[in-house]
Amino acid sequence: MLIKTVFSGFGGQGVIMMGYLLATAGMYEEKNVTCLPSYGAEVRGGTANCTVVISTEEIASPVASEPEFAVLMNNPSLFRFQNQVQSGGTIFLNSSMIESRPIRGDLEIYEVPVNDLAKKLSGNKGSNIIMLGAFIKKTGVVSFETMTHALKEIFGAKNPSIFKSNKAALQLGYDYLD
Amino acid sequence: MKKIFSRPKSLKRTPFHYCPGCGHSILHRIIGEVIDEMNLQERIIGVPPAGCAVLAYFYFDIDMGEASHGRGAALATGMKRALPDRVIFTYQGDGDIAAIGTAETIHAASRGENITTIFVNNGVYGMTGGQMAPTTILGQTTTTSPGGRNERRDGFPINLSEMLAVAKGSAYIERTAVNSPAHILKTKKAIAKAFRVQLEGYGFSLIEVLSPCPTNWKMGSVESCKWIDEVMTAHFPLGVLKDITGDKKDAH
Amino acid sequence: MASALLSAQKLPLRCIVPKVLMRGNHVVGEAAVRAGCRFYFGYPITPQNEVPEYMSERLSKVEGGVFIQAESEVASIHMVIGASMAGGRAMTSSSGPGISLKQEGISFLSALELPAVIVNMSRGGPGLGNIAPSQSDYFQATRGGGHGDYRNIVLAPNSCQELADLTYEAFNLADKYRTPVIILGDGMLGQMMEPVELPPEVQIKKLPHKDWTLTGAKGRPSRFLRSLILDPFEEEEHNWKLMRKYERITKEEVRWETSFADDSKLMVVAFGIAARIAKGAIKRLRDEGMKIGIIRPISLWPFPYKAIKELTKKVKHFFVFEMNMGQMLEDVKLALEGNGEVHFYGRPGGIILTPLEVSRVISSYYYQKRLG
Repeated sequence: MLIKTVFSGFGGQGVIMMGYLLATAGMYEEKNVTCLPSYGAEVRGGTANCTVVISTEEIASPVASEPEFAVLMNNPSLFRFQNQVQSGGTIFLNSSMIESRPIRGDLEIYEVPVNDLAKKLSGNKGSNIIMLGAFIKKTGVVSFETMTHALKEIFGAKNPSIFKSNKAALQLGYDYLD
Repeated sequence: MKKIFSRPKSLKRTPFHYCPGCGHSILHRIIGEVIDEMNLQERIIGVPPAGCAVLAYFYFDIDMGEASHGRGAALATGMKRALPDRVIFTYQGDGDIAAIGTAETIHAASRGENITTIFVNNGVYGMTGGQMAPTTILGQTTTTSPGGRNERRDGFPINLSEMLAVAKGSAYIERTAVNSPAHILKTKKAIAKAFRVQLEGYGFSLIEVLSPCPTNWKMGSVESCKWIDEVMTAHFPLGVLKDITGDKKDAH
Repeated sequence: MASALLSAQKLPLRCIVPKVLMRGNHVVGEAAVRAGCRFYFGYPITPQNEVPEYMSERLSKVEGGVFIQAESEVASIHMVIGASMAGGRAMTSSSGPGISLKQEGISFLSALELPAVIVNMSRGGPGLGNIAPSQSDYFQATRGGGHGDYRNIVLAPNSCQELADLTYEAFNLADKYRTPVIILGDGMLGQMMEPVELPPEVQIKKLPHKDWTLTGAKGRPSRFLRSLILDPFEEEEHNWKLMRKYERITKEEVRWETSFADDSKLMVVAFGIAARIAKGAIKRLRDEGMKIGIIRPISLWPFPYKAIKELTKKVKHFFVFEMNMGQMLEDVKLALEGNGEVHFYGRPGGIILTPLEVSRVISSYYYQKRLG
């Protein structure tokens, strides 16, 4: 098993955190993981992205060429990554912000209006975690329990209320897709 | 028999290699005297430069660590941060401190590094054979300003101490000379004060010492000493440029 | 994020080994502090900025910790010299252009026989180049880099775990041999996150005593550390002394790793991230029945000349893969001493090949040479 996922969006949409959480959850499930955030001039004022590889074997390269999954949070991300996804792969797109749709017919597309869903949460925050909930529901890369645990480890230590609201966001996204 | 004059114990028994009439020998001696009088021999570390004084570790009987050209202030910074209760001083020439080491020096002063710098200004690169220095005054002849320093071609000399006095982190800056007994005594007092400033944790201290270089100035020793008074001090006036200690008793 | 990363150390019971997901640049900092590094002096340059960022926070929370963002690369390496003279474990980090500026200090560290650790998260060059991962600083690192006749120990990790282990070990090697040690990583290693098992924290007081430091001449004769030795005979003797030390290092500190060497007809030689990508490629090719192995030099200086020469008893074909225009290639040729055939493939400028792309190049060479 070797699964490559790319997360992409505006700086501030929390895409690096999505990657970090997924990689942490993968680590908890005793898989090999790598997480490579975009950096430097690449992210100044533009899109940020983060690629995560989860595998039962040694990971040769943290660069996700031809990822199985792409999680796209804004329009520029769709243009950049829609043609890189493997044939038969899956795109999760933030339908609150992305108007166009991929023209390829060989992909599975899940639309999650995360910004609209976030309005149901206190503080109108956590759209990235909502997307992460939807993502693990459909991909099963890591379990809901492990991801909850990862949220607790990363947010809970600092502030239990942040963990609680993120857990709610995860649940919201997880329940959104059938 | 009563002993009235001897070698400071923080100087080794090695004769100086400096040219006749050179200010370094005098300066080494008075630094040695200050180290003895303040009882610092066991807790002071010197940082000699690249330049005529590079061999200072052969003369001072204290711990010394050589710096590359101009980097004394950076090296001393690392050393002082590692050993905050020791007294750390750099000994640097004008080329070392005011040309290649300008950045290191200004930033050490701005950080308020609690170190002392003895800045020997003789207006030339002595060790390499008398080339123009950042402190060579306009009209002064050197091997690389043969017609005299020309501001159109060579730019103006740098008054580094005045620049450092502006730095918020500097505590005590004074310019002295070693061209007469009176000036030598003042220099000695200034060095002692600079070490005290460091011991009391005020921050960066620097003593600029106008020093004769008869060999490269192509003058006699007496003439060189006169030249400091008559020409050099017009460009580099003596006196305290900054003192945040509010200490009146050392003012002169 | 640094504190969040550290707090993630508490792990669920099902995790046998306590690991933490950390970014390479943070791993460098944490491993250094655990190795007893209390002095960090640096200057911002991408892709290693997370090292000074991490150290500024981490060292402020450690007794005796000193962090300075210096005015230049030149100043920072000389601050390292000062702290090292005083007996501290000191480090600086940078990337290509900044490492060039540090070369003056690295030459002095070698001449003065001072321990220090210098991390290079290298990027595409020459000049400003770019900030993408590259291996183009191989020559600079392994040949000394600055002026004069000297070598540095150069360690090239290929994962965040190895980055932790080698950074930690670098401080011991630096002290043991009184010499600068360079960690040669690249932008990718610095930026990527992987689970890491961190080494234990050393107690500074229990580190071996250094009898050469400058601390003030209390209760002992005064000392000096200098690199200016005007008498050529004395300077020659100093050089021979360094040389004898380098020979000892060459005997004792060569590190490498081989995989699939037993039945291979073709051996790939690669280091750092390139080796990792190549290994991924080789696994694909072995699945297809191609007999290909890999040797990965971990210490680039001292270079595993003997280990590579040894391989020529069984293997005649060597394939060097680097993310540059062929620098380690020269060491491989020296190692082979004319035995066997060497082929090179590399991409400079910060291009990162995928295992699939590398496997295509290797397999086409394999078939061209009729090895299978």
